[in-house]
Amino acid sequence: MFTEIDTVTLDDVAAQHVVKSAVRGAKRFKGKPVNGPNKCCDSRKEWVDHVRRIRDAKDQIAFAELFQHFAPRIKAFLIKSGSDAALAEECAQEVMATLWHKAHLFDPTRATVATWVFTIARNKRIDVLRKQRRPEPEDLWWGPEAEPEQEDVLALQQETAQLRDAMAALPEAQRQLIEKAYFGDLSHREIASQTGLPLGTIKSRIRLALDRLRHAMN
Amino acid sequence: MRNEIKHHMTDDLLMAYAAGNLPEAFDLMVATHLSLCDHCRARSESFDAVGGCVLQEQDASASMSDGSLAATMALIAQGAPKAKPAHPTCAVLPAPLQDYVGGDVNAIKWKPVGMGVKQAILPTTSEATARLLFIPAGAAVPDHSHNGIELTMVLQGAFSDEIDRFARGDVEIADQSIHHTPTADISEDCICLAVTDAPLKFSKLMPRLFQPFLRI
Ligand SMILES: [Zn+2]
Repeated sequence: MFTEIDTVTLDDVAAQHVVKSAVRGAKRFKGKPVNGPNKCCDSRKEWVDHVRRIRDAKDQIAFAELFQHFAPRIKAFLIKSGSDAALAEECAQEVMATLWHKAHLFDPTRATVATWVFTIARNKRIDVLRKQRRPEPEDLWWGPEAEPEQEDVLALQQETAQLRDAMAALPEAQRQLIEKAYFGDLSHREIASQTGLPLGTIKSRIRLALDRLRHAMN
Repeated sequence: MRNEIKHHMTDDLLMAYAAGNLPEAFDLMVATHLSLCDHCRARSESFDAVGGCVLQEQDASASMSDGSLAATMALIAQGAPKAKPAHPTCAVLPAPLQDYVGGDVNAIKWKPVGMGVKQAILPTTSEATARLLFIPAGAAVPDHSHNGIELTMVLQGAFSDEIDRFARGDVEIADQSIHHTPTADISEDCICLAVTDAPLKFSKLMPRLFQPFLRI
């Protein structure tokens, strides 16, 4: 699974500081409707910079903004997956804590922040609700030195936005089935009929990103 | 090395893996294949993107309780969970398998099942079974059919059966309609990961005697 490279260790005093300033950050942000339910903002590219700020500077303001946007969605997602509200809340907090700790492993040329958060939330669901281990493929990451190309990051964000539009345009029944699958309600046999998702472009984009990453790793 | 894989995962398995709906043994099979196959990794990550879109569409009004951000920061301050040891990437077993075996091939606790064939059952949930199979060079695994789905992926060496030849990273997907006799290449012992969601049925060799050993 993930390989931890740098571990975050904070002593008590620092921890206090983190909590206070992060809460302050959240409050300060509340007044601005930047992260509102407005769709165009949801997949905004800036989330990538938020994760980068957490990775590089342990930026608590950035974290508070991400938390405000994603934590309620994770909670809603887990409730739809069969969790009760209290457990979903607890898990959402743990998912967000994982995001902080694994910020260095996020690859914006292969996933949006929402996609990455989804994978963490999904793994949490398997762990907590299904009480089962989740084998993950070998980690591939850019390492401390290499940094992906900005245009590749942008391209992936755009492909994902298009996928989202395409999903919104699907017939209601099909979209509901896909959601059902991702809430964990369909077995793989039932999923077998779920083709027709427009994934060709984004798949090629991710493949390209993997090739570049392999090249950078060698 | 990576682009020589000819036999890949199906879309429904990759989507179920992304959605998190597979039995643990199947997750292990998919994760192992993705570690060797960038083609399927890209397909799998595109299914993750679908999950990202589903997450984004969630109603954000299921609000978090007061103090949840502070609680999360306190959680973060406890430090990252202990890192797992990194596995050497040139190993025979990809990282997800090494997590189950506790090392590379020489850490596998083989049990002989007859005629030189050995197996090691991996500890997963019981809905499906994951096992490593050792087939001596040139030997055959007894002809068997399936009640459910059987996925077999080659990790070392190669085998051939009535369908095709399978080498490192190749996955054979067999269902109840298939009777096959995989035979290892003569040049090298073959090690495979095999996953089934139902017990194997052996049709020819030592049917009754053999089964209890291979099944568990
Ligand atoms: Zn493949």
